Amino acid sequence: MDERPSVLQVADVTKTYFLEGIEVRALCGVSLDVHEGEMLSIMGPSGSGKSTLMHIIGLLDHPTTGRVIVGGEDVHGMTPNQLAAVRNQRIGFVFQSFNLLARTGAQANVELPLIYSGLPAGERSRRAREALERVELGDRLRHTSSQLSGGQQQRVAIARALVTNPAIVLADEPTGNLDSRSGIEVMALLQELNAAGITVVVVTHDANVARHGRRIVELRDGVIVRDEQVPDRLDARDEMVQLGMNTAHAPSSAPSPGSGS
Amino acid sequence: MNIFESFRIATRAVLANKVRSLLTMLGVIIGVSAVILLVAIGTGVQKEITGTIEGLGSNLLFVFPGQINTSGGGFGGPPQQGHPFSNADAKLLGSRLTGIDAVVPVASGSATLKLGNKSGRSTLMGATEQGAQVFSATLGGGRHYNRSEVDAGARVIAIGYTIKQSLFPSSDPIGQVISVNGQRFTIIGWYQKQGGSLSGDQDNQAYLPITSLQSLTGVNDVRIIMIKVTDPNEIDLVRAQVKRVLAPRYQDNVTVMSQDQTLGILSTVLGTLTYMLAGIAGISLLVGGIGIMNIMLVSVSERTREIGIRKAVGARTYDILSQFVIEAMMLSVTGGVLGILLGAVGALALSAVVPTEITPWAVGLAFFFSAGVGIFFGVYPAWKASKLDPIEALRYE
Repeated sequence: MDERPSVLQVADVTKTYFLEGIEVRALCGVSLDVHEGEMLSIMGPSGSGKSTLMHIIGLLDHPTTGRVIVGGEDVHGMTPNQLAAVRNQRIGFVFQSFNLLARTGAQANVELPLIYSGLPAGERSRRAREALERVELGDRLRHTSSQLSGGQQQRVAIARALVTNPAIVLADEPTGNLDSRSGIEVMALLQELNAAGITVVVVTHDANVARHGRRIVELRDGVIVRDEQVPDRLDARDEMVQLGMNTAHAPSSAPSPGSGS
Repeated sequence: MNIFESFRIATRAVLANKVRSLLTMLGVIIGVSAVILLVAIGTGVQKEITGTIEGLGSNLLFVFPGQINTSGGGFGGPPQQGHPFSNADAKLLGSRLTGIDAVVPVASGSATLKLGNKSGRSTLMGATEQGAQVFSATLGGGRHYNRSEVDAGARVIAIGYTIKQSLFPSSDPIGQVISVNGQRFTIIGWYQKQGGSLSGDQDNQAYLPITSLQSLTGVNDVRIIMIKVTDPNEIDLVRAQVKRVLAPRYQDNVTVMSQDQTLGILSTVLGTLTYMLAGIAGISLLVGGIGIMNIMLVSVSERTREIGIRKAVGARTYDILSQFVIEAMMLSVTGGVLGILLGAVGALALSAVVPTEITPWAVGLAFFFSAGVGIFFGVYPAWKASKLDPIEALRYE
């Protein structure tokens, strides 16, 4: 087993919804340890409970029973404001639909979490620009969502997730709304971040996307059916080379038409 | 997050929907400017009227037939009609009172003044020769009527400025003969311009001996007896004397009012009127506030996803609450400031027609009330926004 300290633990978590009076058991006792520096894929078909698990890990949702421990702290009983502070400091989110603020420039979007950390404007601006340079968008600071391609928007979202130096980056179907080339770029970026020591959790229904991780946890009907290391991990950089994409710098213009995979 | 950031975010939101923001503000703009304007008119009129009465001097007593209950500073009920005074009553007071300069019986009526083919309707003020001491009009030329003219009921008349301008635009009226209700009167004087007052346009009044007026109208009543007291400090002594002298003839059906009392009653009435106007305008401010609440509710549901994103990256309840409250306040305060400007401009423009005076309390009240409206009507939508579950908000399409 992994000897590294765990950044995130869920222990025997269940989640039950009531949808129009019908009981839906989304999670039926899930336990999971995420270790520091790991790149973990949570995989499963729709309805398997993977999104619910991701929301619980991300402290956006409460488990019905069970415990969630982030950085050694049990979040049970925390007030909404305390949870907001933990999300702000320890967790970075990347969503399928990007979730950038409309009519707001890339830099302002990346600064958003830092506003709520209470950083002064100068420091915010410096760190936001650093994060955008890290995702190769240093030249698009003022571009709004409508002026960016899908791949670029997702990279802005990744910069926003990074900017607080979180312990863990949670990516929910990060390639779901992207063409395959942009998707590979985003996976390459996440692998790069992981190589730099950031813990990354990717939630996906796509086995190919999941194989970019070092460890795959597969969910089915609210229980973990598989939890193993990936023997044949995909390297997004290699895929880019195979597709003839420029790997030195991710393209900053709109992506070429998707080749469909 | 500090309050400055909340302001920045709110400013962006307000500017993002310029037309909508402006229309939302319109309710507050109209409400605030209406408050400012109506209070300015109320105060201006009140000042002008009290100024006119104060101009009469503090040593005047007005004696009316009948009773007006003035206790408590307001009207206690409708005045009871008493038996009108006569010239003899004024003579009696003149001979019995001490410490007075003049006792002037005053009667009034209206008449058509005519010269050649020019004519107009004017108010006639009839008094004795001492009338000049109690009326505020100042002679521009000629003279007042004298005692022998009063005794004889002579057909002499002194005209106000408006009458002079309409009948004698370019010539000297002194010595000219005009027709007053068909009877020939000789003009002996004219008065300088005075402006409007309680009893209408003072410049459209003509002054003549009370005896002449009484024979012209055929009515021998005296409407009011004005008494000029020598020492203003003894006004209450004189008042008591008046009551005593008239008691055998009129019992208690006599009202003696000093300028102070008249002012007191008028100020109360006009003040109440001003507050009423402000209240009516305040209602429109309230309606404007409801408009703000409406738009803020729309804004919150439109931006549910934005709220979800902000919460996901660490916004606390307070951050969302302050963002939306400040946005609502910004709308109402900007509307309030624009309303104050509009109200002030309106009051200045109207001052050509109506006396207006912009009062600091109305400006302050309108400003703080509009800010309060923003907070009051902004808190509910903001609270609703801040309580949104982040996961529900993120799922919102």
